[in-house]
Amino acid sequence: MTSPTIPQTATCGFVPSRVKQDFPIFDRQINGKRIVYLDSANSTQKPRQVINAMTHFIEHDYAPINRSSYRLASDATDAVEGARAKVANFIGARRPHEVIFTKNATEALNLVAHSWGRANMAAGDAILLTHMEHHANVVPWQMLQAERGIEIRWVPLTEDGQLELTNLDSLLDGVKAFSFTAISNVLGTVNPVQHLTAAAHRHGAVAIVDACQSVPHTITDVQAMGADLMAFSSHKMCGPTGLGLLWGKEALLDEMPPFLGGGSMITDVRLDGFTAAPLPDKFEAGTQPTTEAVGLGAAVDYISALGMDHIHRHETALISYAIDSLSQRFGADLTIHGPRNPEIRAAVMSFAYRNVHPHDLSQILDESNVYVRAGHHCAKPLMRTLGTGATARASFYIYNDEADVDALGDALAHVGDVFNF
Amino acid sequence: MPGLEDLYREIILDHYNRPRNKGELPPPAHRTDGMNPLCGDEIAVYLVVDGTTDDSIVTDISIGGQGCSISQASASMMTTAVKGKRVSEAREIITAFKAMMGIRDQTHDQTHDQTHDQTHDHDDAEPASPAVKLGDLEALRGVVKFPVRIKCATLAWNTMGQGLDELAGA
Repeated sequence: MTSPTIPQTATCGFVPSRVKQDFPIFDRQINGKRIVYLDSANSTQKPRQVINAMTHFIEHDYAPINRSSYRLASDATDAVEGARAKVANFIGARRPHEVIFTKNATEALNLVAHSWGRANMAAGDAILLTHMEHHANVVPWQMLQAERGIEIRWVPLTEDGQLELTNLDSLLDGVKAFSFTAISNVLGTVNPVQHLTAAAHRHGAVAIVDACQSVPHTITDVQAMGADLMAFSSHKMCGPTGLGLLWGKEALLDEMPPFLGGGSMITDVRLDGFTAAPLPDKFEAGTQPTTEAVGLGAAVDYISALGMDHIHRHETALISYAIDSLSQRFGADLTIHGPRNPEIRAAVMSFAYRNVHPHDLSQILDESNVYVRAGHHCAKPLMRTLGTGATARASFYIYNDEADVDALGDALAHVGDVFNF
Repeated sequence: MPGLEDLYREIILDHYNRPRNKGELPPPAHRTDGMNPLCGDEIAVYLVVDGTTDDSIVTDISIGGQGCSISQASASMMTTAVKGKRVSEAREIITAFKAMMGIRDQTHDQTHDQTHDQTHDHDDAEPASPAVKLGDLEALRGVVKFPVRIKCATLAWNTMGQGLDELAGA
């Protein structure tokens, strides 16, 4: 029901122009020109398969889940639990109830800091983060620091935007947790997740992975990664907004206290207290985003049918083409941040063009319907490390192709017209 | 459809490329920091005022920090507009400029929260009060056609307004 229009067999069968046909938004023209969407690290566009699944659910199957015994409610509950099972299977989780629905990935990380953090960290206890974290993996820990007086340590970066791991063992010495991003949302750096989780475990620390930028783009196997907890996001993988995900090892999630309290997350409430429900309900207080869960299930079907290995190969080829062709075209005028080696490089490209401010760049690119993000990308500590306040960022996904990269280059060539160089 | 020529006027690019009154002023100049939380741009407005009344004179002003062409040009033009003016005149220019950006201040006296400016219909921005000549600043009128850039243009002005409030209360 949700299979994309792409042949699923040949390794060279990934045709972005045909993928693009699945996304209605690309039918839209603005000022008579097509849209060149290069902001998928921020949020992806949605294929017809996801839109149709959500519409169908609302029109035919919608009812409150988990509470009512009539047929429609039972069917709706099955649909949502079916989506949970799809997500669990997609990431290699052992059991569906290890997948927790949250409002977004930010809430998933806040859940970890609030629940696991408060249960396990007291004054003087340390957590290790890195200089390339999104604010969502920084601020919740700083809030715990303000409340509890915990210590936050930082893994610094190398010149080319990789984690500087020379002193990893001394940084990990005595920490309770190591929380890091699998892929930098600014630099595109692919971090050595297995190496990092293994190092954390050697020191008895819990390994928490922000996988927002990796799950949509490559094969995910939480067992092989060695993570204990992992947060990711629906809307960055063709699914709807309003839904984030936390995966955790069952034993660890069982030990953690509830996060939000209220309906659905209890087995009993008395005047003198409550008993929390088993997983996953314990962490899902209140009415859940049901239609969104169904949409995410369809998104998982969609990208799975394309093949995560094909997606990864396509993106690696595309970012290599972008870096090579744009570097050749603009030479020293174009500064591309992050690693050059495509093996440790996701399809995310932060860049500077001459001394033009990123806001001015994105404004001028907007004239050509080339949509990049300008700003600090919710990573201000990283911006300070780079010695800038902001960058422009182009990020690519399944529907982008070399013509989009060329369009970015053509639009960049117009910048000099405005700034007279 | 507004075009880039509405935004990047020649005089704006001139102030961006050759900013006036740029750099730090040492104490006793009063420093006020401003930040655009959307993009991370950070500026500092340094003010020297020869008193604490509305009739006091802004004897010197300078801009530190970094930002896009619109925020930097707006800041540069602001310094030339208020330098040597009375505090009361500087406040009138702030009000007139923000009115041109489609923003009506609730009051002059409270600290201006940069994230809570009241923006109205941008295409229907008010003309400046006839008592206040905005002069070169009129070149920034095109910014109202690009609503996300209004915060860039007003960053320095909100920061200077806050600085003047701090000096008046000192």
